[in-house]
Amino acid sequence: MFMFEKAVTGSRRYWLWLLALAVVIGLGKLAYLYQFSTGLGVTGLSRDVSWGLYIAQFTFLVGIAASAVMVVLPYYLHNFKVFAKITILGEFLAISAVTMCMLFVFVDMGQPTRVLNMILHPTLNSIMFWDFVSLGGYLLLNAVIALVTLDSERKGVAPPGWIKPIILLSIPWAISIHTVTAFLYSGLPGRSLWLTAILAPRFLASAFSSGPALLILLCLAIRRLTKFDPGREAIQKLALIVTYAMIINVFFVGMELFTALYSQIPEHLEHFHYMFFGLEGKTTLVPWMWGSVVLAAVSLPLLIIPQARQNERLLAVACGMVFLSLWSEKGVCLVVCGFVPSPLGAVTGYSPTLPEAAITLGVWAVGALMITVFYKIALSVRESVA
Amino acid sequence: MKITRQGFFWVTGLATLAHAGRKVLAAAAPRRWAMVVDAQKCLRDQGCTKCIQACHRAHNVPQFREPNHQIVWIWKERFERAFASQQSEYTAETFRDKPVLVLCNHCNNPPCVRVCPTRATWKREDGLVMMDWHRCIGCRYCVAACPYGSRSFNWVDPRPHLPVLNTDFPTRTKGVVEKCTFCEERLARGQAPACVEACPDKALVFGDLADQDSEVRKLVRARYTIRRKPELGTQPQIFYIV
Amino acid sequence: MRDRGIILAGLVLFLGLITFPAWYSVARGATSKGPQLVLPATEKQCVAPTAWMRAWHMDLLVRWREQVVREGNRNYRAANGRVYSVSLTGTCIMKCHTVKADFCDRCHNYAAARGPYCWDCHVDPGLIRRASR
Repeated sequence: MFMFEKAVTGSRRYWLWLLALAVVIGLGKLAYLYQFSTGLGVTGLSRDVSWGLYIAQFTFLVGIAASAVMVVLPYYLHNFKVFAKITILGEFLAISAVTMCMLFVFVDMGQPTRVLNMILHPTLNSIMFWDFVSLGGYLLLNAVIALVTLDSERKGVAPPGWIKPIILLSIPWAISIHTVTAFLYSGLPGRSLWLTAILAPRFLASAFSSGPALLILLCLAIRRLTKFDPGREAIQKLALIVTYAMIINVFFVGMELFTALYSQIPEHLEHFHYMFFGLEGKTTLVPWMWGSVVLAAVSLPLLIIPQARQNERLLAVACGMVFLSLWSEKGVCLVVCGFVPSPLGAVTGYSPTLPEAAITLGVWAVGALMITVFYKIALSVRESVA
Repeated sequence: MKITRQGFFWVTGLATLAHAGRKVLAAAAPRRWAMVVDAQKCLRDQGCTKCIQACHRAHNVPQFREPNHQIVWIWKERFERAFASQQSEYTAETFRDKPVLVLCNHCNNPPCVRVCPTRATWKREDGLVMMDWHRCIGCRYCVAACPYGSRSFNWVDPRPHLPVLNTDFPTRTKGVVEKCTFCEERLARGQAPACVEACPDKALVFGDLADQDSEVRKLVRARYTIRRKPELGTQPQIFYIV
Repeated sequence: MRDRGIILAGLVLFLGLITFPAWYSVARGATSKGPQLVLPATEKQCVAPTAWMRAWHMDLLVRWREQVVREGNRNYRAANGRVYSVSLTGTCIMKCHTVKADFCDRCHNYAAARGPYCWDCHVDPGLIRRASR
């Protein structure tokens, strides 16, 4: 039923890729054992900047996970047949992304052996509890949906009727996972960078641009590496989604900047000053923020101009830029800069250490491994049916 | 006006009952532990750190050379940093650049308690914001939520960094968050918090705000006090006489 | 057989590995004698019946933990009516089982029940006595 046999037959290139990933995962595991025995002090985190690379990756990846809704909604809710062949790819991306999210939270915990306390002592007023519930539920939903639809495809029958309401449930659920993740930040009275109503909409806009951008890149890679062609029209429609979402995302960032710059309230202004120019000579994040801006600025014309967007080579470049720009903004800058300056006005720098980077890469490699195996299964099933 | 013997006894009897009732109600009402910091008294000896030493020694708070891993339950901040909304270029000489004692405010509406996913930190009925180091999963959400920077995380095993080990109190282990607990264990024995007892200038006054006759209640009634970031609605229970 | 040497060597290695549990303990001098506990000198009355404590002391400690930390109640009334002040280091160790290594550790090490992380935080006074020697 799980069709794993499809994953254990493959070309030499497939196995070499899996081996490379296994090596990265192994190194990450070793780094994690070091962190587990010594404590989170092996990272670059500090009393002032208490969340860093791990939580930033988690935040970014929840967005990627939610972006599956951008293919599921048009196809299942509005019968948009063009996405028929790629909804499974979106769902598998969601499963891999949510797994990575959970792994990033796990490696960030000070007492990971006590993780079950979240279930033993559920605390309904804590947004973290609801984040746990919504991510777990989303993982389960997508796992069931992907399994059932793929199995039906393998058997050459239509999926059973009861899967339809579950699929429809996954649509608002996808929106909710990223809204709840935004709520983790936007309800904290002491962190003025995050205490903004637009944080959740910003998260969703960046999710719906970076997620489909990644999906486009995966589709183009699949077309190159396998016999499966997601279809030019599907990719173009995804590109349109990326374009509009990216415009909205940039607009939202502009809104944030205006409020901070025009009101000139120091509490708001200082975080942006640190992001773009540094404070007290500490400028670690400045190149990352400007890098994000430059990538966004270059990618937008490539996406907006139809001739550029319709050129798949340029589209791939634009999507890569969008992904990296938003990863830098959300997966690096936003979380760290919320802590600088600290509630007492201290400016503490943060940069990840080597073990921290190794663990991060290890978790990304786990996600890449999952995506590879899942896509191999899905596309092998499709090839055998065809 | 003529007062009858009956009337007299009615009035005095009712008055006595009312007074006794008030006392009983006060005893039955939950305590509201709070602290008043007389910032000017504290400034008499700016080099003094007796309260900090007493607290950290009593509770096995480790000392780190690495400033990023620092753990403090009570410490001194510059006035401009502790009260960022109160300062200007013309801040009074008394306080300009001077150190002020800061610690956990044991807020009545604590955001840290609101966000904790396991209730490892919670607000006790008598006002203390408590820590349960057995339950804490080390997610540091409370650290992000605290608007005052009062909480510290154990980035590594603290034991090697203890100058002296006090056997009367446990240490913590790596991976949990800690902060001032208003000396809950001393309060249980009827003692005042360690910092309050250690202050040679009696600059720290600790007591029950719900008790009309307590020193803290009298102080906040008689003197003008400020609190840190009151506009956030956290209702901090550390009052500063400035 | 050309490979006789390798096969025999492999067999010997395999036999050595498979019988490892049997000969390693003997070589280490381990005995089958049970743990010898040093009972408290001052207290003759256990907090609860010995047999019950042997089976349920962890459960009791966890209940005490919840009671002290979360309810603020430090008094425990034992079955015999006596009231103890609940403190792992202050009462359990310092009042009764004065040297943890002579009591708790004996059984815990024998049974390899090293799970509880209590002593990561709670202080074993014996450590300081040993360190100061």
